[in-house]
Amino acid sequence: MTQLIKVWDISGGIHPPENKAQSLLEPLATLAIPPQLVLPLNQHIGAPAKVLVEVGQQVLGGQLLAEADGVFSAHVHAPTSGTVTAITDHVVPHPSGMTDTCIILDTDGEDRWLALDEAPNYQDIDKTALLERVRAAGITGLGGAGFPTAVKLNPRANQTIDTLIINGTECEPYITADDILMQNRAQEVIAGTQILSTLLGNPSRVVIGIEDNKPAAIATMRDAAAGTTIEVVSFPTKYPSGGEKQLIQILTGQEVPAGQIPASIGIVCQNVGTTAAVYRAVRFGEPLVKRITTVVGEALERQRNIEVLLGTPIEFILEQHGYSEKKASRLVMGGPMMGFSLPDTSVPLIKTTNCILAPSRKELPPPEPAQACIRCGMCAEACPADLLPQQLFWYAQSEDLEKLEAHNLFDCIECGACSFVCPSHIPLVQYYRAAKGEIRQHRSDKEKSDRSRRRFEFRQERIDKEEAEKEAKRLARKKAAELAKKKLAEQKAAAPATEQNAPAAQPATTAADDDKQRAKLERLLAAAQDSLKQAQKPQDDATEEQLEKQQARIKQAELKLAAARDKLAALAPASTVPPAASKPVADDPVSAAIERAKAKMAMAPEEKLRTTLESLYKRLTKAEQKAREAREQASDNAEALEQGVAKLKEKIASNQKELSELAPTSVAEPTPRNSATPEAEVNVANDAASQAIEKAKARAAAMGTMSVADKLRNQVESLEARLEKSQARLLKAQADNDANLDAFKTGVEKLEVKLAATREQLAEHNE
Amino acid sequence: MALTRITSPHTHRALGTSQVMRIVVMATLPGLAVLTYFFGIGSLHNVLLASAACMGFEAAIMALRGRPVLFYLRDCSALVTGVLLGLALPPYCPWWLVILGSFCAIVLAKQLYGGMGFNPFNPAMVAYVILLISFPLQMSQWAAPMDVGGHTPTLIEALKQIWTGTSIDGYTAATPLDTVKQNSSLMLDSVYLQDPVLAAGSFAGAGWEWVNLAFLAGGAYLLYRRIFTWHAPVSMLAALALMAVIFYDSGSSSSGGSVLFHWFSGATMLGAFFIVTDPVSSAVSNRGRMIYGAAIGVLIYVIRIWGNYPDAIAFAVLLMNFAAPFIDYYTVPRTYGHKKSQRATKKGDL
Repeated sequence: MTQLIKVWDISGGIHPPENKAQSLLEPLATLAIPPQLVLPLNQHIGAPAKVLVEVGQQVLGGQLLAEADGVFSAHVHAPTSGTVTAITDHVVPHPSGMTDTCIILDTDGEDRWLALDEAPNYQDIDKTALLERVRAAGITGLGGAGFPTAVKLNPRANQTIDTLIINGTECEPYITADDILMQNRAQEVIAGTQILSTLLGNPSRVVIGIEDNKPAAIATMRDAAAGTTIEVVSFPTKYPSGGEKQLIQILTGQEVPAGQIPASIGIVCQNVGTTAAVYRAVRFGEPLVKRITTVVGEALERQRNIEVLLGTPIEFILEQHGYSEKKASRLVMGGPMMGFSLPDTSVPLIKTTNCILAPSRKELPPPEPAQACIRCGMCAEACPADLLPQQLFWYAQSEDLEKLEAHNLFDCIECGACSFVCPSHIPLVQYYRAAKGEIRQHRSDKEKSDRSRRRFEFRQERIDKEEAEKEAKRLARKKAAELAKKKLAEQKAAAPATEQNAPAAQPATTAADDDKQRAKLERLLAAAQDSLKQAQKPQDDATEEQLEKQQARIKQAELKLAAARDKLAALAPASTVPPAASKPVADDPVSAAIERAKAKMAMAPEEKLRTTLESLYKRLTKAEQKAREAREQASDNAEALEQGVAKLKEKIASNQKELSELAPTSVAEPTPRNSATPEAEVNVANDAASQAIEKAKARAAAMGTMSVADKLRNQVESLEARLEKSQARLLKAQADNDANLDAFKTGVEKLEVKLAATREQLAEHNE
Repeated sequence: MALTRITSPHTHRALGTSQVMRIVVMATLPGLAVLTYFFGIGSLHNVLLASAACMGFEAAIMALRGRPVLFYLRDCSALVTGVLLGLALPPYCPWWLVILGSFCAIVLAKQLYGGMGFNPFNPAMVAYVILLISFPLQMSQWAAPMDVGGHTPTLIEALKQIWTGTSIDGYTAATPLDTVKQNSSLMLDSVYLQDPVLAAGSFAGAGWEWVNLAFLAGGAYLLYRRIFTWHAPVSMLAALALMAVIFYDSGSSSSGGSVLFHWFSGATMLGAFFIVTDPVSSAVSNRGRMIYGAAIGVLIYVIRIWGNYPDAIAFAVLLMNFAAPFIDYYTVPRTYGHKKSQRATKKGDL
């Protein structure tokens, strides 16, 4: 049959010995059910499937064993009836020889099946249901990569598919699985192609591409496609024509843009085996539980194509084909160009296994030692992606990752053509794989470091902001102190006019002294509190290495705090003196509320808070020690203990806040004690209140937009408003506030674990 | 059970580096045979001596570097260097010239840069240029071709000349390139008639045209075996022809000579197929190799006609060896799926 359809050529390419005849001598056979099947949960690209069965459970053929976890995943079905005997790690087909979770199914040989959901009139099924049938069958690409087929058949809304390509190229030497499938089941492939075409919205062009070294397959496919709009196109044999990108270029002349998928240029490509499986899934409701595989190589007595259950251990297959371990130079899953060597024979056959190659030493001798690159350029001649393999090799050797990227390393499809032609026997593909891995590692590292850099900058910004805040606080306090002095002076001036000037004079000076000291003390305490807070803060987002440093900082802050406390203690007599001194004055008739407030004010808040603080510090030291010990012993409790420490510190911080907030109140407080008449006292008390409010306002103005400042201001306002009424209520309100803070803090900590990136921001809010 | 773990691809083309080198050596044989036929055993002696010396130096350096000597000798790259150097040196030149040349090629130009694959310059050409500059007298005495002028030295005479320096009378003659270069008064036709070597030949001088044809045949064989691509040699010959056409000046006394004259004189074909195609020191991509070859072609003409040396292959090649990495930077091929080719000077996004 002559062919008038234009095909394009790909760059590069090689002509390795085809070795396809030996496996085509025998007809397609079906392999017996092995005693045990090993079914990996991840036989595809994407997330591993989720197990649905339990150990010991009896299952029927076609039963769903593990379901797709998300869109980029695929179901795993039971290939036959039997008992699930284990769900365990087992060596899986992977170049690294790694192990992964597998369902071990002991077959019972009865091959009892679930009733399948047949659809004789599948042509009438709508697209969504069709797609669901494909998805439910757990079909993945059978050509090599194992991409979940349903995903590929569901292009984005903005991507119109105008070309559907069915890949029957099979360019790898030795493999004839697709060839024999097309020869034997051409009708299924054609019917599957029509289903795919329907699913993709009937693209204007539907092509089946086959290399011209498969004349029998081309002929049967052409016969089967007669009367349809499907083109069967043959093109010259050349490796790697069967690569998706290459086949697209051959059949359409278009190139898939780098970093994009074929759907971006309106093309979807599916393997012929996948296509046939889609047909069986749609028509008969058959899940993907078996596939055709080429078993070939001179270490075998029998070389042929077999239809075999997924999960069949390779050793079972080899036994049936007279495998001689002595003869074999290696065992390859896949073809000689892109297949990977197996670590042992217990590996199961999976959805993507298109060939098991057991070559003799003569057939595929061990690689020769690599010689120096002579830059002959044969690799560049062979490269189907038009890369410069020798340059890539050069840069891979010198680990020049930037140059590798600039030379488009990631457009390498690892076809192995360069290694194949290299006269110096350099394992080029291996270098590229390693370099790709390194670049990926580098990228993720960079992402990490970028994140921590951003975090650092954020932190720096926050610290600067706090510094400014502190400065503003200081200024506000200074102003408030001046204001208080002024008021006092006014009072002093006013006192003689009320004729009770005699006792007022001396206490006023005492009060002025007291006032100064308190202001100073308050500043000291606030500073100590701030530094502790600052030291505490990194604890929130600390990594292990930073913990040690932070602890040192906390210790320092605590020392400062202790010093501040000592000074406060030294001041204590002074602050207790004024009430005593003013006592006689207070004997005069005084309103009950003021009396009560004064009495409590005199003794309660600072003392009480200080005691609480002291005990809290003791607890903190103990808790920190415990946490440290736990961490050193890598105990499970370490985290909990550390959380406890954080909470304790939080409490201390809020207590200190209170203490510092009480101080300004007491600054204003002594004045009423010095007044003689009730009216004056009330006036002065009013003055004190308004003064405090003014002070708070000034502070709020200085603190500007900060939400933290707002909170503080609210606290101060409510505190001072309630001061007159009840100290108890005040304390209670503060206690409420504590609880809120704690709750907020816990929330933030939880978020931190999940979202390290937003941690910083939240922490700042918290602050 | 542990199986051998090998990464893909598992199959490999039979052609190895040593085989490539042996094919190259084989391809020089017609040229060597013709040289020997027309100029006597001088060239054959040169080739044998240079090959032995090059292999010896290679082995010595490998031993010094603590590398497996046999493994590296087997790649035959030193043999190729020796053969090419031997072919380039004038027949009957003193033995020490050959040994010195071999030393320069292997030790200075190749091993000091790191051995095979790492030499930026073609080793044989480096050696040739060093010798040409250092020993211009010995390097410019070419034997007269058979049946022209003097007589072809006998084996005894030749060995005496080479090993003891006893000179033979009248065996040398000016090469056609010399003749045309020295000519300043005659029309080109007259030069062809008057010069004995040119007169005895058909278009580029007796002997020389056959030598070049033989090397062309060897080169064609290498192309057929796909040892290298056509890009560099063809573009070199094309550029040389273009220059010859432009400056032919209708055969006047200032003519640079015809296209055929340039193609089949001196070391043109040897250079085009055995020197310019040296992969190690040339540009990498096909486009790059075309530029590289064309530039060599132009340089050859320029040096031959306006330079101080009658033949120019070695200088032209070395000059372009310098430029090869630069050419590489600007001739990276367009990768599949990319709109345009990238410049290699660009760094990645890392």
